[in-house]
Amino acid sequence: MEPITTINGKAVALPIENIDTDQVIPASYLKVTDKAGLAEGLFQAWRYLPDGSLNPDFALNRPEALGATILVAGRNFGCGSSREHAPWALQGYGFRAVVAPAFADIFRNNALKIGLLPVTIDEESYHELLSHIEEDPATMIEIDLPNQRLIMPGGRAVPFPIDGFARHCLVHGVDQLGFLQQQEDAIAAFESQHAVAVNTLQPN
Amino acid sequence: MSSPKTLFEKVWDAHVVRPESSDTPAVLYIDLHLIHEVTSPQAFSELRQRGLKVRRPDRTLGTMDHSTPTTPRNALGIIPVIDPQAINQLDQLRKNCAEFGITLFELGSLNQGIVHVIGPEQGLTQPGMTIVCGDSHTSTHGAFGALAFGIGTSEVGHVLATQCLLQYQPKTCAVRVEGQLQAGVGAKDIILALIAKYGVGGGTGHVFEYMGSAIRALSMEERMTICNMSIEGGARAGMVAPDETTFAYVAGRPYAPQGAAFDAAVARWRRLPSDEGAQFDREMTLDANHLAPMITYGTNPAMGIPIDAPVPTLADMPDAPSRQALDAALAYMGFEPGRPLLGHPIDVVFLGSCTNSRISDLRTAAALMKDRKVAAGVRVLVVPGSQRVKRQAEEEGLDAIFTAAGAEWREAGCSACLGMNDDKVPPGKYAISSSNRNFVGRQGPGARTLLASPLTAAAAAVTGCVTDPRTMIK
Repeated sequence: MEPITTINGKAVALPIENIDTDQVIPASYLKVTDKAGLAEGLFQAWRYLPDGSLNPDFALNRPEALGATILVAGRNFGCGSSREHAPWALQGYGFRAVVAPAFADIFRNNALKIGLLPVTIDEESYHELLSHIEEDPATMIEIDLPNQRLIMPGGRAVPFPIDGFARHCLVHGVDQLGFLQQQEDAIAAFESQHAVAVNTLQPN
Repeated sequence: MSSPKTLFEKVWDAHVVRPESSDTPAVLYIDLHLIHEVTSPQAFSELRQRGLKVRRPDRTLGTMDHSTPTTPRNALGIIPVIDPQAINQLDQLRKNCAEFGITLFELGSLNQGIVHVIGPEQGLTQPGMTIVCGDSHTSTHGAFGALAFGIGTSEVGHVLATQCLLQYQPKTCAVRVEGQLQAGVGAKDIILALIAKYGVGGGTGHVFEYMGSAIRALSMEERMTICNMSIEGGARAGMVAPDETTFAYVAGRPYAPQGAAFDAAVARWRRLPSDEGAQFDREMTLDANHLAPMITYGTNPAMGIPIDAPVPTLADMPDAPSRQALDAALAYMGFEPGRPLLGHPIDVVFLGSCTNSRISDLRTAAALMKDRKVAAGVRVLVVPGSQRVKRQAEEEGLDAIFTAAGAEWREAGCSACLGMNDDKVPPGKYAISSSNRNFVGRQGPGARTLLASPLTAAAAAVTGCVTDPRTMIK
């Protein structure tokens, strides 16, 4: 995974609460066995008109949003299905971070695993950010991961929480599976005394 | 003496391989990993790239459910798969399970079904376990007093390779449901009412423990319905303390412990319920006595009302984002604020999904539909949750009741719950669905979903419109 330190990018806003992962990418795109083509399905119902052409009124399709790498969205972003296809599609489209006042748990976990940065900011800063984007659709923001702060247009720094381990992994490009594999001795020791038995290979 | 613990804390503590530190999350051991064709292929690719094995094939089980058709079998007794992408996805799962030595319940085989139906049915789901699956409705298995939650594909890879996950300990929330349900009101109505009260993000960061007299009185299948939709309340997982109802359900199932091993397991399981005085981080409550059948009017599962209530108006909403959400939802659904839903015509009834496709759900619906006919112009899909549920229903003659009424009796699978197989609700059409999500386009592009109990769905199948099932039961 590519290390992430600072993300400087154009922000685009979808100021809607509870955007579920079926909206991020509908299930009809989930029939792949790799990650190819998922970006096409991103926000499908909103991004395209019924005839398949781009919906000119949708925020991501406006000319000034072209090249945006930071998505700003409402509370509880990514609720619903656990599909990792949702962060894959966002990343495939070009997003590097999602900024919201709150994230659904599974989406947040999935995003952190693939290096799509979920940035939780307070409601007041969120609304301030929305007004900046409304005034200037080419609004640039900076996300400084090592110092856990988002720099608003105008320079105000907004702190955001992220667990130390995830931050370490993202900043240094550390792979979490590799870390788990290093726990082999502890896992084997645990298994040798663990009482909960089940055997899927053979009914009892 | 150690301090009193909750059910969740006991299960969590018994699975910590390495405790959380200031620098790292806990390493949590997973007892049972369920996989299906949609969220596993990329994880197996990752394993191959790294030259890794599946660490515990004996704790892993695969089934086919999401992209599978539920069309009746052909003359050869085979369920025909036509969609090339689905064929590829199913082939991939077959190949992955064979190569890594994982038991697979093949499409159409006796044990196949929706992943959250087959786990409990086979006795794989047991109290005190940690269970994960690349599917958010893994919370279903919490009905047994297991800690069960959905994960993404990266984490599926982690569990395949190491049987462990990196996790921070979630908070706990006691969900007290006291009282006695009225006739015609069931488990689905409890969970829809709870989500309507606390919102789709209400449980974020928490594990629910459902408790109280109304929960104790429920069967295992009803408890599964409630735990299933914990995720719709934003919770990481939902749990119910195991009791005699639980032990009786698990006893004798194929993968459950047998004989002396079962007795020993029950002795362990009896120690799982939350201790007297155990502290929860949060509490939610619901009065079961005054619950009515619930139905959703909008585009998330919290947009629910008692079936005889009017659709909310903008003035009922607490803030601007809720007003905006209501406005958008009603425009999509084609509903008027302040108007009742009762009597609104519907086009499709879907009876199925990991929420409500078990034998008791089919019995409830069949009892209402017996000697009645499906309303003209309404399509009714009855989709059993597993091949075993299907067989059981056929032995009881439920299939004959459904088909005599004019409903379609289908093969087992996720079906019209999620719009990724051939079963979809056409654009603009209204479906009463016993499933779990009414998101925009969830059941197919432009589909308009009203979530309700199997009983309410069955009532609508007969009348062709939104109907209070209490008026139709003896």
